[in-house]
Amino acid sequence: MRMISFIWQFGEVALAVAIAPLFAGWIAQCRAWMQNRSAPPLTLPYRVLGKLFRKDAALATDASGLFRTTPYILFGTMVLAAAIIPSLATDLPFARAADAIALIGLFATARVFLSLAAMDVGTPFGSMGARREMMIGFLAEPALLMVLFNAFLLYRTTALPSLVDGYATHHQGMDPSVIFAAVAFLMVLLAENGRIPIDNPATHLELTMIHEAMLLEYSARHLALVEWASSLKLLNYACIGFALFVPWGIATHGAMPGLDGAAMLLIAILALGVKLVFSGALLALIESLSAKLRLFRAPEYLATAFLVAVLGLLAHLLLGANVHG
Amino acid sequence: MPIFHAILSSSAAGPDGDLHRLQWLIGAWLLIGTAGMLRPRSLRYVAHWLFPLGALVSLGIAATAGGFLAVAPMTRQAAGMAAQTQILPLGLPDLPFHLRLDALSGFFLLLLGLAGAGISTFAAGYFRSGTGSAPGLLGLEYHLFLASMALVILADDAYLFMVAWETMALSSYFLVTSQHRIPEIRRAGFLYLVMAHVGAISILLCFGVMQGGSWQFSFQAMRSASLTPFWASAAFLLALLGFGAKAGLVPMHVWLPEAHPAAPSPVSAMMSGLMLKTAIYGVLRVSFDLLHFRLWQWGALTLALGLFSAIFGAIFAAVQTDMKRLLAYSSIENVGLIFTGIGLAILFDASGMPLFAALALTAALVHALNHAFFKSLLFLATGSVLHSTHQRLLGKLGGLIRSMPWVAVLTLVGTLAIAGLPPLNGFVSEWLLLQSFLFTPQIPHAFLNMIIPTGAAALALILALAAYVMVKFYGVVFLGQPRESSLTHAHDANWMERLGLGWLALGCILIGVLPRLALRASSAVTSSLLGAKVHDGSFPWTIAPVAAEQASYSGLIFFVVIVAVVGITFLLVRLLAHGRVRRTPAWDCGYPWQTSRMQDTAEGFGQPIRHMFGAFFHMERELPSPSDPAPQYRIHIEDRLWRAIYQPIARAVQWLADKVGVLQGGRLAIYLLYSFLTLLVLLVFVL
Amino acid sequence: MVRSHLIAQLLNLLAAGLLLLSFSMLSRRRTQRLINLYAWQGSILFLSTCLVAYDAGLKELWYSAALTLLLKVILLPVILHRLIQRLGAQWDTEPVVDIPVTMLAGLGLVIFAFGLAEPISHLATTITRNTLGIALAVILLSFLMMITRRKAVTQVIGFLAMENGLFFAATSATYGMPMVIELGIALDVLVGVFILGIFFFQIREQFDSLDLHHLESLKDE
Repeated sequence: MRMISFIWQFGEVALAVAIAPLFAGWIAQCRAWMQNRSAPPLTLPYRVLGKLFRKDAALATDASGLFRTTPYILFGTMVLAAAIIPSLATDLPFARAADAIALIGLFATARVFLSLAAMDVGTPFGSMGARREMMIGFLAEPALLMVLFNAFLLYRTTALPSLVDGYATHHQGMDPSVIFAAVAFLMVLLAENGRIPIDNPATHLELTMIHEAMLLEYSARHLALVEWASSLKLLNYACIGFALFVPWGIATHGAMPGLDGAAMLLIAILALGVKLVFSGALLALIESLSAKLRLFRAPEYLATAFLVAVLGLLAHLLLGANVHG
Repeated sequence: MPIFHAILSSSAAGPDGDLHRLQWLIGAWLLIGTAGMLRPRSLRYVAHWLFPLGALVSLGIAATAGGFLAVAPMTRQAAGMAAQTQILPLGLPDLPFHLRLDALSGFFLLLLGLAGAGISTFAAGYFRSGTGSAPGLLGLEYHLFLASMALVILADDAYLFMVAWETMALSSYFLVTSQHRIPEIRRAGFLYLVMAHVGAISILLCFGVMQGGSWQFSFQAMRSASLTPFWASAAFLLALLGFGAKAGLVPMHVWLPEAHPAAPSPVSAMMSGLMLKTAIYGVLRVSFDLLHFRLWQWGALTLALGLFSAIFGAIFAAVQTDMKRLLAYSSIENVGLIFTGIGLAILFDASGMPLFAALALTAALVHALNHAFFKSLLFLATGSVLHSTHQRLLGKLGGLIRSMPWVAVLTLVGTLAIAGLPPLNGFVSEWLLLQSFLFTPQIPHAFLNMIIPTGAAALALILALAAYVMVKFYGVVFLGQPRESSLTHAHDANWMERLGLGWLALGCILIGVLPRLALRASSAVTSSLLGAKVHDGSFPWTIAPVAAEQASYSGLIFFVVIVAVVGITFLLVRLLAHGRVRRTPAWDCGYPWQTSRMQDTAEGFGQPIRHMFGAFFHMERELPSPSDPAPQYRIHIEDRLWRAIYQPIARAVQWLADKVGVLQGGRLAIYLLYSFLTLLVLLVFVL
Repeated sequence: MVRSHLIAQLLNLLAAGLLLLSFSMLSRRRTQRLINLYAWQGSILFLSTCLVAYDAGLKELWYSAALTLLLKVILLPVILHRLIQRLGAQWDTEPVVDIPVTMLAGLGLVIFAFGLAEPISHLATTITRNTLGIALAVILLSFLMMITRRKAVTQVIGFLAMENGLFFAATSATYGMPMVIELGIALDVLVGVFILGIFFFQIREQFDSLDLHHLESLKDE
């Protein structure tokens, strides 16, 4: 049994690492369609990664060891996050290594390392990007925490596997707080992954960049790892969202009796694929419909996300408790 | 902890052996201090012999306290039995000194010993000859400071407590003003002394209230005194004011950002890492041990003050341009977090939820321990930077990672730890604190159960701001291009300094990766004070304070998996691709004339904060003219509270003093008249 | 039982939506968006009144739902849109207070309203009792919006939103007001909007702007 669960765990991580660039490619493709451009092929991110790995790394003369290690650390944290998030099954060995709050901490680790690396070479754009990224971080974290608070009030847990299990076993009625939390989470997801209302992943204008500004000095394999890690981060965020709000199909403890492991795995993979396709299209739609905000509108945007989450919390305390209680 | 125990159980002497040993060790500190006066001018003697000896004594204290905690029982009754007490043949007639070692004092002694060992080791390599007080005198003050902190923690009557408390304040005052030829430092020292005494008076009054009419000043008598809620609240408020003034709780924080930067770095480290914790200890001793009930209003007040201090500290730290002031404000933030935990613990305890109270108190205790490690580490690191660059201003540093790799790497550990990032120790306590916030909607009070959960969001903001501050600190000091040409010649720390830094960094990593070690110690405290403790995880490497299904965290898995993935990725990249590197000038979007002045500065990092939290500051800006070839942007930021609270008080005192000054006529006959009148009045009064 | 449980849940959802809309009104800068949000509020009121009417089987409530639809979803938004087009006041740029600060203040109000409504909601017996707190919060938030905005049009929208909150409070606590009163209020609101519309033109003619701080100069010195 334990051997099997380790194999599942490994498979889950490998799948996440493998499909992360695909997910990013899918969003780019949807965006292109919606904006009446001819779409890049789905495999483009892989080709870019391959090309980058083949190239020689051009390293700034003054770059220190921190600069060179950071891409590996980023990749490591994101792989760890992928191992913890129950994207396919809940009963996996690493699932209990962290609850959702600790996951936020893990993402914060990645963010701090990337910001430090961006400041290492000492170019103006890098340090400006680092400062902005940290700013978005401290604005987004309260909102994200309030989302988790909502989830905690519903299922008395912040551990993602227990949340998924709780959803599968409780089948509670629709609580208004879920909708609030989902809206807030979506807003935070966009901000934390450098998507459009806050940052433009496709921008080439240095003065407005956040995420890209931090990567300016990276090249070749380092850049490849950083890019891969950020697509993995987006996938991780999406999977956290699935676990919190649409945990259908994730293999849980005895949720589907009569099905053996392989069938459950198949269902889980299919469900994940469908959810990714839809959420990718949704993200592309949001990004196509909205315009990038000025940097100092970002606090307003994230304050809104925070408020929505808190309203959910309050709505639950006022409305939810009586209905279920 | 089991290791400590194994060593100690072989040599323990009698039931009160731990307390005996601690007395000897404290005596050893005093002896080492006085030994410094034998050859006060010899740096070699003091630095190479006395400070390392002091570090060894610190380790002894930590080991004894750790051994005591390792066998401390986990129920309240048994904990009362296991406490070791002793009456010293010292003190005033009929007022002997009482000592007591219980779980709470054991925990804080452990903290003092562990962090103190690192600081003393560093100090051995730090002090240089030639400036300020003589090394022997410094050694005396330094060890007196350590011993008085240990005595504050062990004291079991108000009298010894106040004597030790005042000794602590005075010895640290002399340490702060060791560079007394600089006027700013004298001013900072004066402010510190004033605030210390305001606090001390408040604590004295607090003890006066708590004796409850028995006029017995031993803590034992105070425990058995029964106070009405009104007087208990008065005692609690006085304690909060008095200890808050020492801990740097807003609005009694004003001395902290002045005194900490003024002191030599090891002293800053001791004040921030250790002395603030004695104030935490005092609050806990009064509220959870000496007072036998707690009201939820106290908890709400403490929580509000704590959160406000934390936000205040984080915001001000973000706009500082002096690295030691930045760290001082960060101390205010961390003290705020600890008080937040204490406030939650009081709230939960008053609402009859001992398990959650234990969780919040655990968070506060573990954070106190963590802060002792990482803040000492960072203050010491600024000492190394200061020695090799003679610069404290962030605007004149930069790029030190290349010239001071040892300090840079060890500081990175402290930076990540204080930023609250897993798998290091700061994250553990912050995670615990967030976990305890999750249960606040269950508090049976209509408004509190809605307001306090939003406090969790404030906490998240604080933690993320702390990360922002630390990225600024580390990035500006150690990364980027050197902002002054002299910085390229900066030399790394000497090996004693490295050893001290390394010890503290090791502590940060160890508590982060194996948080159970710290939880074992704090559980002894919570079970003796609250009769409850947090649950252990199902595996030795995880913590799951309430239940494994509810939430769990494993620093070890984080650490191991990240290291493993980094290693595997590195190997795979080397195997499947290649490791070729070409060194080129920085790309910087093709701009070839970039200089170190174009990097983001400390002021630049403060800009978003000034923009968003402008209401907190009083700002004076000096914008350079556009035609200036070497423009300098200056901004002066002041604390609004200083103008709002302290200046009016200072003016009132000045006014009162002027009025009283009228009495000073200067003629001898008038003074004699005063004495005569006093005599007459007293005679009328007595007869 | 199951049916009424479901209806109660749906009502909660609608109430939550109403609260969310009030908050978005607080955070919007553009007047046209505000009017649209107002119309959305009206449609939520319409739906919730229909639900209560269905659940309680009260005929008057159906009428009042129809009235809501007609007046608040269609008529008033159309009038307001026309009005701001003719006034050229699509933008309400400078709010008096910073928007994040306003929203935090709004959060405090919501907590206040919920805390206040909690004991009352235990007394009420209707299935909609939980929503009383939300109705109260909507009223307070609309008031806050009127305080923090400068332009006359936004203040009128705030006033109308406040009336929405009152209406919701009435349906949620007592199954609605008597029909006569409701008709009276509806008429009042309509007339009020007309009169205010006339005022707008007067204000603009006098000061060439709809910014209300010009009115400050009217006080007796």
